[in-house]
Amino acid sequence: MAFEIKKTGKVYDVCIVGSGAGGGMAAKILSDAGLKIALLEAGPKYDPADPDQMTQLKWPYESPRRGASTTRPFGDFDAAYGGWEINGEPYTKKNGTEFDWFRSRMLGGRTNHWGRISLRFGPRDFKHRSYDGLGDDWPISYEEVAPYYDRVDKMIGVFGTKENLPNEPDGYFLPPPKPRLHELMIKKAAGNLGIPVIPARLSILTRPVNKERSPCFYCSQCNRGCSVYGDFSSSSVLVKPAMKSGHVDLYTNAMAREVLTDSSGKATGVLYVDKTDLQEYSVNAKVIILAASACESARLLLNSKSAKFPNGLANGSGVVGKYLHDSTGASRSAFLPQLMDRKRYNEDGTGGMHLYIPWWGDNKKLDFPRGYHVEFGGGMHMPGYGFGFGMERMNGKYPGKDGATKAAGGYGAGLKDDYRRFFGAQVGFAGRGECIAREENYCEIDPNVVDKWGIPVLRFNYTWTDHEIKQAKHMQDTFEQIIHEMGGVANGTKPGADTMYGLENPGRIIHEVGTTRMGDDPRKSVLNKFNQAHECKNLFVVDGGSFVSQADKNPTWTILALSIRASEYVVDQLKKQNI
Amino acid sequence: MDRRKSLKALALGTLSVSALLSTTGCDDKKTDAAKDSDKASTPGYGRTDDEKLRDKQLNAEPYFTDPEMKTIAVLADIIIPADEHSGSATEAGVPEFIGFIVKDKPELQLPMRGGLRWLDVQSAKRVNKSFTESTPEERLAIVDDIAYPEKAKPEMSQGVAFFNLMRNLTATGFFTSKIGIKDLGYVGNTPNEWNGVPDDVLKQYGLAYDEKTLAECLKIEDRTKIMTWD
Repeated sequence: MAFEIKKTGKVYDVCIVGSGAGGGMAAKILSDAGLKIALLEAGPKYDPADPDQMTQLKWPYESPRRGASTTRPFGDFDAAYGGWEINGEPYTKKNGTEFDWFRSRMLGGRTNHWGRISLRFGPRDFKHRSYDGLGDDWPISYEEVAPYYDRVDKMIGVFGTKENLPNEPDGYFLPPPKPRLHELMIKKAAGNLGIPVIPARLSILTRPVNKERSPCFYCSQCNRGCSVYGDFSSSSVLVKPAMKSGHVDLYTNAMAREVLTDSSGKATGVLYVDKTDLQEYSVNAKVIILAASACESARLLLNSKSAKFPNGLANGSGVVGKYLHDSTGASRSAFLPQLMDRKRYNEDGTGGMHLYIPWWGDNKKLDFPRGYHVEFGGGMHMPGYGFGFGMERMNGKYPGKDGATKAAGGYGAGLKDDYRRFFGAQVGFAGRGECIAREENYCEIDPNVVDKWGIPVLRFNYTWTDHEIKQAKHMQDTFEQIIHEMGGVANGTKPGADTMYGLENPGRIIHEVGTTRMGDDPRKSVLNKFNQAHECKNLFVVDGGSFVSQADKNPTWTILALSIRASEYVVDQLKKQNI
Repeated sequence: MDRRKSLKALALGTLSVSALLSTTGCDDKKTDAAKDSDKASTPGYGRTDDEKLRDKQLNAEPYFTDPEMKTIAVLADIIIPADEHSGSATEAGVPEFIGFIVKDKPELQLPMRGGLRWLDVQSAKRVNKSFTESTPEERLAIVDDIAYPEKAKPEMSQGVAFFNLMRNLTATGFFTSKIGIKDLGYVGNTPNEWNGVPDDVLKQYGLAYDEKTLAECLKIEDRTKIMTWD
């Protein structure tokens, strides 16, 4: 067979690259509007209700590695295929800096894995430069996005409570689940310290929002994908209903190579390699929407060079790939002696936490400019690989039922009983904060390296500044204060300056955004305020790439809201024949 | 249909019968399958093709020799013996788990193989027999010298490191097995209705749900009612 690019005569109204939060929502909105859509996904089909793919309600012993993270980075039962490293798809780093890039090649992308934390950005988050002089303001305000957040809330479902906090906007919430025992303990201790603890805001159905999806049945396994669609993932909640319209052709295992343009600079289609037959194909459309993830969409644009776009498509500004930023992250765990020998009951609850700590500080009185929220976990979890590790560091410190303290370590019936006694007595805290977007943190095309399909790969350059490091220090101080106030014992030694206070590598929190940011000035931004490329009117980017700043929230709810807004703008512009 | 049954039907309504049988927590329905999986066989657990291939490759060749596996079994049952609550580590399939995990995590191979050899040499020095050939009393004499990190003599440090690893792997293997989970008293991983911490537990810790929390949180009887805001 000759090596050639196979073309179909068909011209779609819209070609969407990527089926995660942004692409899934675009497919839903645009198919509802009756447009013909080609949806390209670089991985396989995925349905958490498919018995061949399902991991929900599996027991650890159904995996020979007992759920260890050898094959999947978050353990055998995690729904996300892919991870930090994907065979044959490398990325590189520059100047001795670190960036870890999590990719999930599958229908629904990384929405199959996440913690379902669904926070709106607040009024200050869209205008932070005006507030503290750092970074840049968004070209849009909270008030402009709010109606779209409202629609996301009602369409997808998120539990939470109205709190009237200044920068944590309320929404249309489902009732939250009652707190677990350790969560009540944290709430009491943090409350004593003046730190607010409020119901979490997670896109999990404590009550149904429609007849297609059942309510949560409290297995606590959202990261495994839900077989009754009781939580949000793009594949189950957006792509599946979009497919039912009959207007969407789904191309799986279709790895986009570049966006095609004509001599006038208009986008005409997408060139992709089919991973199944290894042939090259092009798909044509009137409008191209990239939603491949912030970095993957930037890669596509940078790899789409032509005489008209020598720096890559829509990159006359040179901004594509720049202003890359991920949330900060630091964590600490602790042991709660009062929870030894605790009574057993099923406290799985929903996936993730029932309560959380929104940012409460006043940065004008602190030595770092942006905030963070605190997530926490604990309780009587289903055991998995790693359960019981390190008992020799625990069982010599606390007296037994007879009041006597024994030698650490050991073996036999006494040791066996220790595992029972310590079960469910750990808590963990994780801070997730805002990193200020800077031009110096970027991804670019590595001039020397291609992936297994010959596509040039990304090279990252990313450093933290004092802003983020001091924020991590504050997280560690906060964790210790709360642990102490609870009567707990923090595990290990407190991370210090030598480890940047436990600040994780950039990329590790999987909230990377900013690489195709929006703005009013085409010299300083890639997209306009409707996620439309300044330099190519029928090209849009609806993933986290459009973010000007990442806030101390999680990005998904904002990606979804902006994708509705951009998609309806596409419909409007097509009607007006502007694109 | 009682409420518990309807809950399960609701939760699993979209599944095929085979998936239902392999995933519900109904102990009586999964005798053979559970025994098999306890022994580290892999009936479907949602693998991709690449993952299936990797499991197959890992299962193709054993890493440990038969004498090594025998020592692992003896040690595992010293660490977690049968007691009035549950069976022993070997009854829970711990040696098979350890045999697999060292192939899955090759970084464990050298510490395990070298540690087992260290143990045999230690035994030979003392009684001129391998660890498994020695008497239970002779075995425990060595184990007592390496099982207590804070009391062990400095010249036993390599044995202590090995025993810590062996203790970790035995505990994880045991408490992730069917009999270990039952022993531990973990009662989740099944469709249910979370309606808060039991009252007696709240009382035990001097805690209570305040009125605001009770007013805001889900009324469990509303769980299946479609939410409206208007």
